[in-house]
Amino acid sequence: MEKNQPTLLKRFMPLIIFGAMVVLLAIGLTLNPRLVPSPLIDKPAPVFELPLLFKEGSFSNDDLLGHVTLVNVWASWCFACRQEHEVIKNLARSGVRIIGLNYKDESADAKNWLARLGNPYQVVAVDYDGRIAIDWGVYGAPETFLIDKEGIIRHKVIGPLSDQGNYEALMAAMQTLK
Amino acid sequence: MCKKTPIITLFFLLCVSFSSISAPVETFQFDSPETEKIFHKLSEELRCLVCQNQNVAESNADLAKDLRLEIYTMLSDGKTEEEIVDFMVQRYGDYVLYRPPLKPMTWLLWFGPIIMFTIGLIFVVRFMRSQDDATQTDSLSKDDIERIKNLHAEQDK
Repeated sequence: MEKNQPTLLKRFMPLIIFGAMVVLLAIGLTLNPRLVPSPLIDKPAPVFELPLLFKEGSFSNDDLLGHVTLVNVWASWCFACRQEHEVIKNLARSGVRIIGLNYKDESADAKNWLARLGNPYQVVAVDYDGRIAIDWGVYGAPETFLIDKEGIIRHKVIGPLSDQGNYEALMAAMQTLK
Repeated sequence: MCKKTPIITLFFLLCVSFSSISAPVETFQFDSPETEKIFHKLSEELRCLVCQNQNVAESNADLAKDLRLEIYTMLSDGKTEEEIVDFMVQRYGDYVLYRPPLKPMTWLLWFGPIIMFTIGLIFVVRFMRSQDDATQTDSLSKDDIERIKNLHAEQDK
């Protein structure tokens, strides 16, 4: 009898290992490979100075100081940006300061897009060649950064804010800054 | 049937022609062959974040193009290979590296295969040993062996 105990376990070992693999792979499948954690979280926003879309002048990282700000990377060619636009507008209406970072876009297209869909941005900075976006670790639009009053990046949203999970994560991060 | 052949030929020709132009074509001027070598090495070792199964050298994605230009500009400014890798990691994280650095978080990644192989090896060795034991100890009784010997002897006659 004593010998029987380990052999029973042994017999079911392949099944147990198989089960463990299934669980592991199932978890892996539900993860989104497109979500690459940003190394910029809790670091100061990169130094930059960009021209504006509607006005003369420029916007720099110093202009981020003193307010909690969302920096929303968008473009008129970006389909998901249109999806999240209503959410961005609602956030702006509720008093959140949102800066648009127009990413690799033609100014005329960007202006048309905002004229048609509404402009929730306090300021739109233009990154025509996408060079500043590299400093921000942007790899696709839309992306949204939450910057605190000291100009530190606190949270990054990859993908549209119309996604419930993205939105809730941002709200939670904003709560901690209040 | 005969009429279809040209179409099929054309199709294959198209396939061949597309495959030959699928690698992005850009003309960068390098000061020295060494710099060019570093450029190619870097763009092959850095992952394109848009098409994650391609490196920066192979990808046609806009971002990959920008990153190639960035690598080129940095090399032209006299930046070293290390500085450029640091630049990318600071912005995109270890994820841009096809060969992630060795650190506590990546220990399992680096040593996992060796550990799995060792465990497998131990299992195989133990299994073979137990097979050996089985044949030696309790599979054949003395009577059986005697009977086999007799059978062999009969055959040999």
